[in-house]
Amino acid sequence: MKFTPQDFKSDQEVKWCPGCGDHAVLAAIQRALPEISEELGYSRERYVFVSGIGCSSRFPYYMKTYGFHGIHGRAAAIATGMKVANPTLSVWEMTGDGDSLAIGGNHLIHAIRRNIDINIVLFNNRIYGLTKGQYSPTSQWGSVTRTSPYGTVEHPFNPGALSMGARGTFFARTLDMELQLTRELMIEAARHDGTSLVEVLQNCVIFNDKTHSIISNREVRADRTIVLRHGEPMIYGKDKDKGLILDGIKLKAVTIGKDGITKDDILVHNAEEQDHGVHMMLCEMQWPEFPVALGVIRRVKDRTYDDMVRDQLTEVANKSQIRCMNDMLRSGDTWVVE
Amino acid sequence: MPHKVIDVQDVVIRFTGDSGDGMQLTGSLFADTAAFFGNDITTFPDFPAEIRAPQGTLSGVSGYQVHIGSSAVYTPGDYCDVLVAMNPAALKSNVKWLKPNATIIVDIDTFDEKGLKKAGFKTDDAFKELKITHHNIIAPPITSLTAESAAIVGLDPKSGVRCKNMFALGICYFLYNMSMDHTINFIQKKFVKDQALINMNLKVLKDGYNYAGTVEAIADTYIVKPSKQEPGIYRNINGNIAVAWGLMAASEKSGRPLFCGSYPITPATAILEELALHKDLGVKTLQCEDEIAGICTSIGASYAGSLAVTTTSGPGLSLKSEALGLAVIAELPLVLVNVQRGGPSTGIPTKTEQTDLNQALYGRNGECPVAIIAPHSPSHCFQAAFYAAKHALEHMVPVILLSEGFLGNGSEPWKIPDMKDFPTINPPLAEKLDDNEPYFYPFRRDPETLVRRWALPGTPNLEHRVGGLEKNHQGAVSSDPHVHEQMVHERAEKIARIAHVIPPQEVIGEQEGDILMVSWGGTYGHMLSAESQLRADKIKVGLAHFDYINPLPLNTEEIFKRFKKIIVFELNSGHFVNYLRAKFPQFTYMQYNKIQGQPFIVAEIVEAINKIVT
Repeated sequence: MKFTPQDFKSDQEVKWCPGCGDHAVLAAIQRALPEISEELGYSRERYVFVSGIGCSSRFPYYMKTYGFHGIHGRAAAIATGMKVANPTLSVWEMTGDGDSLAIGGNHLIHAIRRNIDINIVLFNNRIYGLTKGQYSPTSQWGSVTRTSPYGTVEHPFNPGALSMGARGTFFARTLDMELQLTRELMIEAARHDGTSLVEVLQNCVIFNDKTHSIISNREVRADRTIVLRHGEPMIYGKDKDKGLILDGIKLKAVTIGKDGITKDDILVHNAEEQDHGVHMMLCEMQWPEFPVALGVIRRVKDRTYDDMVRDQLTEVANKSQIRCMNDMLRSGDTWVVE
Repeated sequence: MPHKVIDVQDVVIRFTGDSGDGMQLTGSLFADTAAFFGNDITTFPDFPAEIRAPQGTLSGVSGYQVHIGSSAVYTPGDYCDVLVAMNPAALKSNVKWLKPNATIIVDIDTFDEKGLKKAGFKTDDAFKELKITHHNIIAPPITSLTAESAAIVGLDPKSGVRCKNMFALGICYFLYNMSMDHTINFIQKKFVKDQALINMNLKVLKDGYNYAGTVEAIADTYIVKPSKQEPGIYRNINGNIAVAWGLMAASEKSGRPLFCGSYPITPATAILEELALHKDLGVKTLQCEDEIAGICTSIGASYAGSLAVTTTSGPGLSLKSEALGLAVIAELPLVLVNVQRGGPSTGIPTKTEQTDLNQALYGRNGECPVAIIAPHSPSHCFQAAFYAAKHALEHMVPVILLSEGFLGNGSEPWKIPDMKDFPTINPPLAEKLDDNEPYFYPFRRDPETLVRRWALPGTPNLEHRVGGLEKNHQGAVSSDPHVHEQMVHERAEKIARIAHVIPPQEVIGEQEGDILMVSWGGTYGHMLSAESQLRADKIKVGLAHFDYINPLPLNTEEIFKRFKKIIVFELNSGHFVNYLRAKFPQFTYMQYNKIQGQPFIVAEIVEAINKIVT
């Protein structure tokens, strides 16, 4: 059966603020799902959207799929249980920077560590929106918010670096307004066997407006971001004249044709390299020293938790004589009373 | 010297020593041997939280009490007939459990200056200091004898001396004319890769047995004849394993695969460990990053169609409270096993209490009722877990199974049931839309039970959303005041109506009259023994021991009406009695409470009743 984006829209009124970046992500996912369904042979009832608490966590209500709106921070744990219980489901976790990096940080890193085959979409607006504007674990140092009237004195998390640290197998990043790229990355995430983490740099129009605009404004976006593609040179810029090279053990942003740099000096992106050294550096790139990396930064193959659970069950069952409770209860140390 | 063999009805043996001395193993080997022989047994491991507290000190003393009988025994026994004390600290901290003419077996080698000092003795005569005068003392130099044996077997003295518990066990086997076969088999299996250790353990075991045959302190030996048991296949079982198996049985009877998300915590960990073994029956276990993930993975698994379970003890129940509320409002089946221990906070983790009842009843935000079932003996944990799962699955509710450390670690013989004697479990699975249902309404209810249907992801056309926000019957988020109030009432009423499918409360002993003893959970054995002792003393009481806490059996009020006085016994400050006061305020309740991390002793229950009578 062929689906259209319309098939994934629920009858619930979308209640995000006008201008919120979440609308674009919703549209991108609803456009990605027909394609994913066709490619992977999924019917609609196989999708489950799971969330925690926060603006982005209302997402499941807007999808005409199975959905579970959980509690703050716990979406990764709920999603993990679903996937282990029924590995045939396509499980999508919708979460935010507060939900997944503060209260739910523990579940996020352990989901990634286990490499359970779920897709995590992390809406990063660097603020607590639903509670009306408190700083989050990704708020920039010095951010003035309702709970940091004199500026935060906390170092922010970088979700990509966190994912690398937890031995993540898939990390991608997009901008909310890059609908086409987001759609593409959702398909990539769905294809990947293992935990896929997609960070969406998303704007909160009310409490943290323009937080990403220094890189995302249309006029500067091409010069301040780089869309990485596996197997292609790391070239960016409006005029495709900028690139990344390895300088010693560090990355360096360069201009092609300047200081003797040629196209051949530019690094070729290898998302499938097991060593995450370069991936980590790509995740950490910040404007103005570097362009901010978008696209699939890391995509490596590894065994997934749900597969290993299934294999172990089969292996143990094949070796065992026990087929039912009556067998089990009568095995081991027993005695008979005549 | 020929010994006289004297028949005894029952005997209580308490094995005590350093937590590294292997007392838990020694006690359980003795218990298994007695059970194989056909005695009824009840055991009570009583150990510290520290794995290896400073050697020889009072804080490191670990104990294992076994009560064996030629007829049914319901408790591990108040006081012991034999105390094995492997060091002075063990003797000192257990002297209070001695019967007046008890036999004491000590390793006299440990009663040196250093050992006595560590245990805080002021003189060089520990027995005199403890006023042990009328007891039969068997005091072999176990450490040095064991070291000598090690030399013979060719083992270094240090590893050899670790087997000294076998010496004490050998003495006990001689004393009670018990066969060493079961223990010998055990040793041969356990050390199959190390012949030297097999030889050593067997030698020390037999040395102890032979020593007992020659020592003058043992004039007579005893025999506890097999008890009359129903024919069948038996095994020893402790409460934690019984919980695991009861849940597995429910999985088989419901066709719902078992999933357990959990986090290790004393004294509940053994349930997770046991479930992890049974992958051959399709059991999935996930040792999570924390207690919250334990319950949340289970909630996810429940949504996806599993019989979902999470296991914990008190502090873990606190951590799981919010998520338990999620299961309540999402109306998903879930079994939460709480093996209670002494609190608050970390409290006394290895000791038993019934102090989580209030938390189980009330410990969540909002109007948040759950069903509560309390097992009453180690083997009853099987049935209680089975029915906790049955009610959870058939009523789409979380059920708390409120076990206790005393039950989880305690063991008794169990006649293995046949699964055909257990009912099938029929969860309300939805396969297609109802008539007049344009899309799946997740909270449309059965008018009689108020139970909603369970539509599993993967089922075509039943896509729906549930979650922590209040919703109407159609599943749309709603903050309508009337919808909220209605849903609150329906969730509570749904739990209350489980009362229609649970068995009526039974009363043991007098069916009406002056005094009704009321209790719940793991105190059953002690209450039952107290009732029979009171009956023997011609004091007439009834005993209502509750397994079902929420909802209560429908005839509870009617039972209370038949007695003039109601006295509620529990191992807390009065959680159940206050719950009853709120439910049935027309009655006056007396209460007897103990919060020492220890089970009741039968004598104190009897005394409490005697006080009321006189």
